[in-house]
Amino acid sequence: MLSFSIAALFYIAFFILAYGLVVKILQYKNTPAPLKIPTMPAPTTQAGVVFRMSKEVVFFESLFKSSKITWLFGWLFHFGLFLDMLRHLRYFIDPVWFWVVIIQPFGKYGSILMLVGLAGLLARRIVVDRVRYISAPSDHLILVLLLCITTTGMAMSFYLGADVISVKSFFVGLLTFNIQNIPADLVLISHLVMVAFLMIIFPYSKLLHAPGLFFSPSRNQVDNAREKRHLAKWAQELEKTN
Amino acid sequence: MADSKFDTPQLREYPIIPKLKKGVMSHSKPFIAKEPHQEPLGFPGELVDDWENVAIKKMADLQGKYRSLQVYLDSCVKCGACTDKCHYYVGTTDPKNMPVARQDLYRKVYRRYFTFAGKYFPKLVGATDLTKEVLDDWYSYFHQCSQCRRCSVYCPYGIDTAEISMAAREVMDTIGVGQKYCNEIISKVHKIGNNLGLPGPALEDTLEGLEEDVEDETGVAVKYPLDVKGAEVLLVTPSADFFAEPHVDGLIGYGKVFHEAGISWTVSSHASEAANFGMFIGSYDNMRKLAVRIREAALELGVKRIVFGECGHAWRVAYSFLNTLAGPWDFLDPKYPVPQHICEVTYNLIQENKLRFDKSLNDDMVLTYHDSCNVARASRMGDSAGGQFLIPREIIKATCNNFYDMSSDTIKEGTFCCGGGGGLLTDDLMELRVKGALPRMEALRRVVEEKGVTHMAAICAICKSQFSKVFPYYDFTMDQIVSVHQLVSNAIILTGQNDENDEENHPQEDIDEAA
Repeated sequence: MLSFSIAALFYIAFFILAYGLVVKILQYKNTPAPLKIPTMPAPTTQAGVVFRMSKEVVFFESLFKSSKITWLFGWLFHFGLFLDMLRHLRYFIDPVWFWVVIIQPFGKYGSILMLVGLAGLLARRIVVDRVRYISAPSDHLILVLLLCITTTGMAMSFYLGADVISVKSFFVGLLTFNIQNIPADLVLISHLVMVAFLMIIFPYSKLLHAPGLFFSPSRNQVDNAREKRHLAKWAQELEKTN
Repeated sequence: MADSKFDTPQLREYPIIPKLKKGVMSHSKPFIAKEPHQEPLGFPGELVDDWENVAIKKMADLQGKYRSLQVYLDSCVKCGACTDKCHYYVGTTDPKNMPVARQDLYRKVYRRYFTFAGKYFPKLVGATDLTKEVLDDWYSYFHQCSQCRRCSVYCPYGIDTAEISMAAREVMDTIGVGQKYCNEIISKVHKIGNNLGLPGPALEDTLEGLEEDVEDETGVAVKYPLDVKGAEVLLVTPSADFFAEPHVDGLIGYGKVFHEAGISWTVSSHASEAANFGMFIGSYDNMRKLAVRIREAALELGVKRIVFGECGHAWRVAYSFLNTLAGPWDFLDPKYPVPQHICEVTYNLIQENKLRFDKSLNDDMVLTYHDSCNVARASRMGDSAGGQFLIPREIIKATCNNFYDMSSDTIKEGTFCCGGGGGLLTDDLMELRVKGALPRMEALRRVVEEKGVTHMAAICAICKSQFSKVFPYYDFTMDQIVSVHQLVSNAIILTGQNDENDEENHPQEDIDEAA
């Protein structure tokens, strides 16, 4: 019954995450950007835009310019999360790819980066008057949720251990619609339930910043307004009237 | 309000991020547009019945038309990186002047009506209904944003509060709550052709007066032509250039540059305004109508090139939007970008050694340069990224011996707005304008004390007007702001001018020595 519930939860969570993201990404893609508004100085070629965007995605360049402390905590968290997500691939693939084996220990250290980053971001949200002013309850709660996911994961990796063989067969089973037993381990189950919850709220919260960045006209547009005429469909309609 | 008392902020020796003080600028509101200012723009004359629903419908319409708006409303994570970046926050310490808090005035309504979380858990995500109080906040604080884009430089997602402010102003216009200053001006351009409502004959008088002045001073008959068919260049310049100080000294400079380079040019009485206030109110339709006047004038006069005078937001609309709004420009000479900035024209002529200067004629000044926000962060000059920073500085260095930049976090892409941009250059917002100028005043004070700077040059009509007005509040004098082309005008040596009768006219000749 527990295995079945968790399996159902993950199917639902995955569906909501995928559906919600597809809807949002299509919305962003299909909404025209009628004017050229890159934040200047901007690249004058498409290759330049790819470079600019890569610096934003990988290094958080703009955040680095604005606040070193926020950048430090933010980047530590995201980089740790990235390592940890790669590490978790081993629960979904069999046999485990070579490079996923190699990075396993780094994934463990990744959780420390996440913890430090999240704690710093939460402290800043409480301590700095300006950031406290702009925070809604959800802004705090998302950080708390991520902290709980991180700490339950760390508890299992570093102290309690978990029946990873069973966990793996459960998730590999999910992929083939063949539901296996999940260990009735409180820490594990709470870790998984919180991850599923994070997946569910992703497309309906500020976590949309992830796809949003790629569609941000101030970052993804080429500076070539004089050379190339840029015209949205709805703006073209205006030209017919006069 | 124009008649309310307020204290000019103290210049701080070490600018630190100020502690916030809630509500200290909630009283700041520009005059509301009346029917005669609203109707010509296609907006209702007063608050419409059922305004909440009309506003929400307009919000939906805009979200479908502008990807920027939709993405920016969803993507903010409240990281706080922008909170100390707005000059109005620094100058007023009102938390609603933090870019993210200003956006949230709009975002919280968006969330309430358009998102799952806001519909079912409004308290959790900070969503609220669109009430009269919220609308009042919108009117107040979306008229405390100069659309300078400084926040967008520092946002990890490039969220540009200008886009949100424009949307909010358009929603307000749609329900009949417009701003008098902007909308009155736009209706004047629709009717007459420029912001000041100067008719053709007045322009003609002014330009003739300039010709006489320049000839008296230099002995050279420099022309300031109006509506001349077949001229090579159509000059589109902010109408303040026709009469205000120091703007007009810039216009004199453009004329001398064209004269010396042998480029025929003309101003148009039909499109006698570079500034496009349609952008300030977020109205694509109005912005387009104003821009189309320039196309009509170019066709009517049969010019080959279009050159814009010194104006910041105007150059944004010109550089970034003109091709979109009023292009294609296939009837103009393809050898030149459309449009060109007067600084690009002058800079190219300097590079080609076609202009001669006596820099010593500007020796009574030690200059610094204020990057106008919309030139810096919303446009470009020249062939490569960052030309908008290089070109004006190179012109200043070619015409002046003494030039120092202000500190690096207050110039170029990090430049501070003058405090009067984006449709706020009106006397009913004087307190906001004075306080918003604080970061620039502090940076200026530092170069005045450390480098002996006496004057600040700018290439924006709004910056020039704003600083002339605000300088006295900070113990500067209004004539300490100058036009870049005023410096050109002072230093340029015109062929055959009074004091060089005995010199030969070789453009390559280095006259620095003689000076």
